[in-house]
Amino acid sequence: MKYDILIVGVGGQGVVLASRLLALAAMKAGFHVSTAETIGMSQREGSVSSHIRIGDKVSGSLIPIGQADLLLGLEPAETVRNLPFLKEGGKVLVNTHAIPPASRPPGSPEYDPAALLSFLRAYYPDILCSDFTELADKVGTYRAANVAMLGAAAGARVLPFQEEILKAVLDAEIPEKYRAVNDAAFERARKCIRSVSGT
Amino acid sequence: MSLLTDKKLLMGNEAIALGAMEAGVQVVTGYPGTPSTEALETIARYANRCGIYTEWSSNEKVALETAAGAAYSGAKALVTMKQVGLNVASDPLMSLSYIGVKGALVLLVADDPGPHSSQTEQDTRAFGHFANIPVLDPATPQEAYELTKLAFELSHEFEIPIILRTTTRVSHSCGDVVVEAAEPVPVEAIEEGFVKDRRWTIFPKLTAERHPWLESVQEKLSERFSELSFNSVAGSGKIGIIASGVSALYVKEAIEAVRGFEELFTLFRVGTVYPFPEKAALSFLKGIDRLLVAEELDPYLEEQALQLIGKAHLPVDVYGKKNGFFPVSGEYNVDIVIDSLNRALAAYGESLRLSHASPAVSREKLPPLPIRAPALCAGCMHRAVFYAFKQAAKQLKKESQTDTIFSGDIGCYTLGNAYPLNMVDTCLCMGAGISLAGGLYHTNPKTKQVAFIGDSTFFHSGIPAVINAVYNGANITLAVLDNRTTAMTGHQPHPGVGITALGNVSKAIDIADVVRSCGVEYVKIVNTVDPDSLESCIKAAKEAMNFNGPSVLVFKGKCVGITKPDKYYKINPEACTGCGFCIKELGCPVINLDGDKPVIQDNCSGCGLCAQICPSEAICIGGVKL
Repeated sequence: MKYDILIVGVGGQGVVLASRLLALAAMKAGFHVSTAETIGMSQREGSVSSHIRIGDKVSGSLIPIGQADLLLGLEPAETVRNLPFLKEGGKVLVNTHAIPPASRPPGSPEYDPAALLSFLRAYYPDILCSDFTELADKVGTYRAANVAMLGAAAGARVLPFQEEILKAVLDAEIPEKYRAVNDAAFERARKCIRSVSGT
Repeated sequence: MSLLTDKKLLMGNEAIALGAMEAGVQVVTGYPGTPSTEALETIARYANRCGIYTEWSSNEKVALETAAGAAYSGAKALVTMKQVGLNVASDPLMSLSYIGVKGALVLLVADDPGPHSSQTEQDTRAFGHFANIPVLDPATPQEAYELTKLAFELSHEFEIPIILRTTTRVSHSCGDVVVEAAEPVPVEAIEEGFVKDRRWTIFPKLTAERHPWLESVQEKLSERFSELSFNSVAGSGKIGIIASGVSALYVKEAIEAVRGFEELFTLFRVGTVYPFPEKAALSFLKGIDRLLVAEELDPYLEEQALQLIGKAHLPVDVYGKKNGFFPVSGEYNVDIVIDSLNRALAAYGESLRLSHASPAVSREKLPPLPIRAPALCAGCMHRAVFYAFKQAAKQLKKESQTDTIFSGDIGCYTLGNAYPLNMVDTCLCMGAGISLAGGLYHTNPKTKQVAFIGDSTFFHSGIPAVINAVYNGANITLAVLDNRTTAMTGHQPHPGVGITALGNVSKAIDIADVVRSCGVEYVKIVNTVDPDSLESCIKAAKEAMNFNGPSVLVFKGKCVGITKPDKYYKINPEACTGCGFCIKELGCPVINLDGDKPVIQDNCSGCGLCAQICPSEAICIGGVKL
């Protein structure tokens, strides 16, 4: 068994926490796991990515090009940027809520989220997407968009372990005062993706 | 599939911390530096409970010397730093290798191939070789944990400091780690104490006596290393591959996709890189006829192998960095390793090729994507100071045709170089901004010199440079950007904060007092927190720049990473003319164009700098946050 997940987004979106939750769930399910995270300069509004490798064997923490089974994109441009990591037929789950870059240095291309989302759809017609930031905001805080996306991934059945395992990890890892809102975001996204994907 | 639920998910640095505590570490010192920082932070969490003395030292040299003093007293000591920090600590390290230690002394030095957040791609394996200090090179958090324990054992047994060298992909990688003790337990008290002996005082005579000992230790350790399972051989093929650290895992993954790879390749993984495990390497080399060397950064293993091949007259061709088959810089990954191995396989006529996975979308097919350059945080006090100096320099230019050169430093304020501030003309290493400004002053008499430094960096290596500027008459203006923390590495305290690594209250060292006592006559403290601070910052900057002699401004504010905002700003669309001045001037990450007018997003932290520069007074406090 080998399952590679790439989570991408912008500093502050909770990429690292989401990857930690997935890694703990994978461990609980009995697999080896390794993650590679970008920490440091990337916290300052830069692109952030976390590689999560789940499997029976220990391997290097970076996913090779074209091998990710699942791409969780917390932001459209970052999802497109990391698309080459995804394998043919891999799954994409994307948050349509765009975060424009902090400043536009000379030479930086215009950001057109709609065009990027249609680019994604052209290559991966069965892409799963929703405005998870809005969804999370509606249940309490936009900050729970990362957990909402985990709920969506569980609902779409694209994770290599039971969703109960992930739920248990969430309950154990998220501090009590934020638990209710994160639970709500997880549940709402899980159901909405189920209805979208018809499963 | 086996059940591994008794394991812990640990970051490499956390695994090192647990390994050190299991080895009985009693004293831990360090200076924060990505990607090494979390090791000391993890130990600090257990320090009180386990009786471990833990400190953030003022710099890496001080950290190593403090740890050495503890080890002279029979303690087990750990000192943590990043690769460039080892340069700062290199003076004591070079002598310490001759003196040796009692107890144990382990240096965690984290290298940063890539580099992700460093000034150099230097290779600590080579430093170990240079300094005659043994180097262990783990590939995973599990190995990092185990090699940390080994490092303490070897340091104690051989009375020599040991370097545990990691890279970003080990230090900042998380993995499932089997740990022996579920929770760290209290460590033993240091019983022996310091015993006076001439061996602790380095003198030419002692150095001459100790050098043969130091060389003999390398031979003994090389023998010992050859027996260890951290140096392992897999496969039985004639194509040999040697690798260390995380590169060995990339090689494994690259060749495992080949059917029957065990009969084609032999992989020699080296976990104890210096002194080179010659015996083990020799038996590996004797079984192969080609050697491919996969290692990030320096051709260290390659040089060791070439030497051994020459010494033993072996008929083995070597394909590595030296003949252009592998990249000499940058971080490796499976794809780079596959390309390099394929180049080598092709060069000697082997028909086998390792294959890449093919993505549905290659990089070339991607549409243009926005650039996300790192920027100062929303509400960062540094932005106001940089902006103030920019305005002051403009006025100076207008009034007296004087250009200003801005020398930056290492830390968040390096981000002052980002568009649109563009406020960093030089940046070299920690503390260098002040001395560089001195050098620029002595050679560019018609320009004004301004140096920026952060509070933690000021204590790290800024003070001697201030003394030098005063003593040698460098007419510079120094701006100390005091945000009350070491922000870039994750908010560690420093001597100016008055809180220790364990959160205890301590004597806070006042930066203004220090520079006054260094002989600076013009010292002013400027508050950056007031709603109308910009004007006072510009005024202060101008006045200091006009002072004849070294002048210092200590700008006081608080890092937005450790404070909760109590207000936020909004743009009144009625009053906004859409001139975009706020965006063009400041580069604040929360101000974006929405159509033709700027808007301030939710995560505004309320510094109000944009409100102070808006020509149409369209930006105002939008309310109080809950």
